Amino acid sequence: MQIPHEVTARPDTGLYNSKLGIWLFLASEVMLFGGLFSGYIFLRMGAEPGYWPHGLLNVPVGTMNTAVLIVSSVTVVMAWAALKMRQFLQYKMYMLITIICGIIFLGVKLSYEYPQKFDHFGAFIRKDSLSKYEAYLGNEFLKSKNLDPRVEISGHLLDAPKGSPYEAVAKKNAEHFKHMLHEEGIGGGHGDGHGAQVQVQTEATDDYVIQLDPANARPTDPANEAPSFLPKKQTMMTAVVKAADVENASMFVPRHSPYFAIYFTITGLHGLHVLGGVLVFIYFWGPGSKLYQRNPEHLANRVEVAGLFWHFVDLVWIFVFPLFYLL
Amino acid sequence: MSLRAFHILFIALSVLMAAACSAWAFLNQAGVIFGGCSALVSVGLVVYGVRFLSKTRNIIV
Repeated sequence: MQIPHEVTARPDTGLYNSKLGIWLFLASEVMLFGGLFSGYIFLRMGAEPGYWPHGLLNVPVGTMNTAVLIVSSVTVVMAWAALKMRQFLQYKMYMLITIICGIIFLGVKLSYEYPQKFDHFGAFIRKDSLSKYEAYLGNEFLKSKNLDPRVEISGHLLDAPKGSPYEAVAKKNAEHFKHMLHEEGIGGGHGDGHGAQVQVQTEATDDYVIQLDPANARPTDPANEAPSFLPKKQTMMTAVVKAADVENASMFVPRHSPYFAIYFTITGLHGLHVLGGVLVFIYFWGPGSKLYQRNPEHLANRVEVAGLFWHFVDLVWIFVFPLFYLL
Repeated sequence: MSLRAFHILFIALSVLMAAACSAWAFLNQAGVIFGGCSALVSVGLVVYGVRFLSKTRNIIV
């Protein structure tokens, strides 16, 4: 039995079946992502001063991924247009480029961006202990400039309190840090070479030792407050933070802060959508393309529907990029 | 809405995003090269959008 309006549009709606279906689906997706973006806005507006981080994401990498997705949107439209003009080889070529773009996006996200976050550590200092860490927080300076206070000491974890879930990561980082010190000729233990304060492990077992981010290493440097396109380089300075002075400490994972919770939720969900789109495109490029022999218009409709989904996914990223990476 | 129309909407929003990136870079002095490249991309996308509209005019959706 032939399903009506599978290929040709219904006269009353002007849409064929799957196009109506995809728009209904995309309407539900708008509500899903709309709710999450609203959550982001309310979390950010409700954050206490100093508790919403800035400049933690790698802008050049995010920019590259944005460019990759824009290119993929262009190529998926080209693939659809090629089918409409019955140019099968061109369709295959453009679809392949779209698939490659999707894989590059996911590859960068999973192999570089996320692991970089999982490797980074932050300790929020208790409010009554902030003054003890003034050398790393610079709150007097920030107060004099009417800027939000700094409440977190972040960087690479080199030593963690006994029994902490981060002991293994700290050990691995400490080995790497010692290697870097050796290469720079600074030496192990305590020292001060090339302006670096070096202290990898402490006698006590309840301290965090952190290889500092520039904002904590030079807290009164005005450059820390200005947004920057290029990520700031890790310093060789370290700080010892007592576990008793820490309100919350974790790697840059969802439990770190509302910022990373919403970041991983939105980008993770977006990544799953990209993965879904890539799988559908792989099918249309491979076994699904046999439909061209029987009914090229039907294949063009399928590609159009998948292209609409892909454009929606890319549109979400067009909002994600400035919100998370720049603002 | 057809893919062609949605693509135009997407390109229009991409132009706005690229222009916003350029403004962000120049206003915050965050990177002149990034700001310049973003401005060029926004102009390039406008040109692409116009060409896309004229080239796909004959495609029946």
